[in-house]
Amino acid sequence: MVERKLRVTLITGRTIEQGVGKERGKGSIEYYESCAVCYFDKSDMIKLGIKNGSTVRVTSTYGSVVVRAQRYQWGEMPGMIFIPCGSWANVVCGDDTHSMGMPLFKGFPVEVEPAPNEPILTLDELLMKQFGRNSL
Amino acid sequence: MSKVINNVVCPICGCLCDDIEVTIENNEIVKMKNGCAQCEAKMVHGYKSEERILKPMIRKDGKLVPVPMDEAIKKAAQILTDAKYPLLFGWSSTVNEAQRIGVELAEELGSALDNCASVCHGPSVMATQEVGIPAATLGQIRHRADLIVYWAANPWTSHPRHVERYTAFTEGRFEGSQWKSYMQKMTAGASRKKMELASKRISRVKPPIRPAVCFTGPPPQTLQKPGRKMIVVDVRKTMTAEAADYFLQIEPNRDYEVFEALRCLVQDQELDVEKVAGIPVDYLKDVADAMMNCDFGVIYFGLGMTQSLGRFRNIEIAIALARDLNRKTKFIISPMRGHFNVTGANQVFAWQTGYPYAIDFTQGYPQFNPGENTAVDILKRGDNDATLIISSDPAAHFPNVVMQNMMKHPLITINPDMNAISRLGDVVFPTQWCGIEYAGTAYRMDAVPITLKKVVEAPPGVLTDEELLTRILAEVRAIKTKRGDPVGQTEITPVKHKKTVTKSKRCKPTAKPKKVTRKKKVAA
Repeated sequence: MVERKLRVTLITGRTIEQGVGKERGKGSIEYYESCAVCYFDKSDMIKLGIKNGSTVRVTSTYGSVVVRAQRYQWGEMPGMIFIPCGSWANVVCGDDTHSMGMPLFKGFPVEVEPAPNEPILTLDELLMKQFGRNSL
Repeated sequence: MSKVINNVVCPICGCLCDDIEVTIENNEIVKMKNGCAQCEAKMVHGYKSEERILKPMIRKDGKLVPVPMDEAIKKAAQILTDAKYPLLFGWSSTVNEAQRIGVELAEELGSALDNCASVCHGPSVMATQEVGIPAATLGQIRHRADLIVYWAANPWTSHPRHVERYTAFTEGRFEGSQWKSYMQKMTAGASRKKMELASKRISRVKPPIRPAVCFTGPPPQTLQKPGRKMIVVDVRKTMTAEAADYFLQIEPNRDYEVFEALRCLVQDQELDVEKVAGIPVDYLKDVADAMMNCDFGVIYFGLGMTQSLGRFRNIEIAIALARDLNRKTKFIISPMRGHFNVTGANQVFAWQTGYPYAIDFTQGYPQFNPGENTAVDILKRGDNDATLIISSDPAAHFPNVVMQNMMKHPLITINPDMNAISRLGDVVFPTQWCGIEYAGTAYRMDAVPITLKKVVEAPPGVLTDEELLTRILAEVRAIKTKRGDPVGQTEITPVKHKKTVTKSKRCKPTAKPKKVTRKKKVAA
C-alpha cells in the first residue's frame, strides 16, 4: 500500500559528488545536482510510490525543502534517508547544540512525502526564499 | 610554453596530499596528476571558474556593486568597530599566517572568535582536553598499522586518498597493501551477482525477502588473518564499507553503546544482552578479538560520531577504548579532520590564546566556553551584531534557523569565489586561493605542518587573506585612535614567503667564522 507520508531518520553527510560540486563552485550545476537530492532505501521508495528522479518534500520541525529522490545504491537502510551537506539539507537541520556548539546534523526525525508538481529550487532561489537576498 | 611543478600540496581536505603534479600554461593550471576527483575539480577547474570574485563589492539597494578596495576596507572596519559584539568565524581554509592576524583582530575588537571545528571536530577537541589522546602521524600508520577501523567515517568521499595513501591500500615498510585481496573480493562478488541473476532468470522464483532486522553478517574468517585488515562501523553501507574486510551497520545515535560493549569485551567481561545497537554480541566479540590481537591498531573516527547524539561523550568513550586496548597491544585513535587547515586553526588559536576554538575577547582576555561562545550558539541567541566570515561557507553548512539571525546584522565575507555566504554578504572581499596563488603553512590532520606552494600568479588587485586582514586591522586601529579608544601596541609584519623553487639550488659554502680571541686582562 502506498503511504502519503513517511516518518524517517535523516542523516546528512558528504558524498564524492558533493565534494566535486563544491570545488567546482557553489553555483555550478554539479553542486546543484549533487546536493538537492535525497537518498532512499528501496523499500521506502516502494512505500511512498516514488521512483528515481521523483521530487519529494522533506519536513522537520525547523523547515521544509523539496529535493530529488534517488535510490541508495550501496546498501540497505530502511527508515533512514540521506541528504548531502549543503544549503538544501540545512533547511531542515535543527539548532539544538546540546550546549556543545554542534547542531544536530545526523539522526533526527523528519517526515517525507511525494511532491510531484513542486520545483527544486536552485541555490540563488533557495537563498532568496530563506534570507531574502542573493548575488543576483 | 608549459611548465610542470612537482610535489604540490593539495589544499582541500585534511590529508594535504603533497605529491600532486601540475602542468602550467599561460599562468593557468591545465593538467593535474596524482590527485583525487575533488583535487582536479578545484585545481584544474574550480579556482578559475566564473564564480571567482575579482573585485570587492558592497551591497547597495539590495544589489552587490563593485567598489575600490580602500572603500570596502573602510566600510568593513567601520562595521566591525561600530558593532558591540562582532563574530569572526571561519579560518579553516586559510593559512596559519592569516589566522594569526585574525586572532589579533579579534582581540582588538573584543569580539567572539570561532573556527569551523565547532561544527566539525569541536567535540573531538573537547574530549581530547578531557582525557588526552594516543596519537601518531600518518606516516606511522602507513608503515605499521595492521588493523584500521573507520568509525562513522567515509574517507572514500570526504578524504578520497586517505585509504590509498595512509592506510589499507598503501604499501608500508612493515605492512603490505590490501589492494589485491580487495580486487579479488570485488571480482568474486561480481561473478556471484551474475550467477544469482542467471539462476533467477532460469527458475523464475522470487528470492526470499530478508528480514529488515540486522544487515551485519557474521565476521569473516579473514578478520583473524595476519596482515592488514580494515573494519568499517557506520549507520549505512558506504563505498568505504564496500572495501572493508568487515562492516558493522549499527543503529543511528548508538555509537556510545557499541564502544561501551567493546570496552567490556576487551576487559574480559560478559554482556547479558544478545544485541547492542542491532549487532549480535558474538560478532562484537570477534571484533574485540581482532582489536586485541593486532600489532598496531588505529581507529579513525568521523563526523558521524561528533554530529550525532552524545557528541563529545562518544569521542571520550572511543578514546577510553583505545586506552584499554593499549594495555594489550598498540592502539591509536585519530579524528578525520575535514578542511585542509582546520587543525591549523585549532593550533594557531591555541598557540595565541590558549584555547583551540569558541573564544571570547569581550573581557579583554580570551575566554573559552563551547556551547556559549561557539558560533552556532551565539547566532542562535542572536547575541552578535556583526559577522565576519573568512574562508568558509556557513550558508552551506549551518542550519538555516541560525543563519536567519546572522542575516539581521551586517555581514562581511572574505572568500576567493562566490560561495553561498558571499552571495549573502553586505561587504564581499575577493582573496587569493591559498596553496595555488600564494604560499603558506597548513597543518595536516595529524598536526604535522606542511608548506603550501604558490603555482600561479593571482589576478591583479586581489590580496592574500593575510594582507587583507592586516589592512582591515590597521583601519580598525585608525578608527579607534580617532575615537580616542586604546589600541593594541603590536606592530604587524606580514611573513614573507620564498618564491616556489622548482630546481634545487646548491648551497653556497658559508664563510668561516672569525676567531674571537679574548683580550687578556692586564693586571693593575
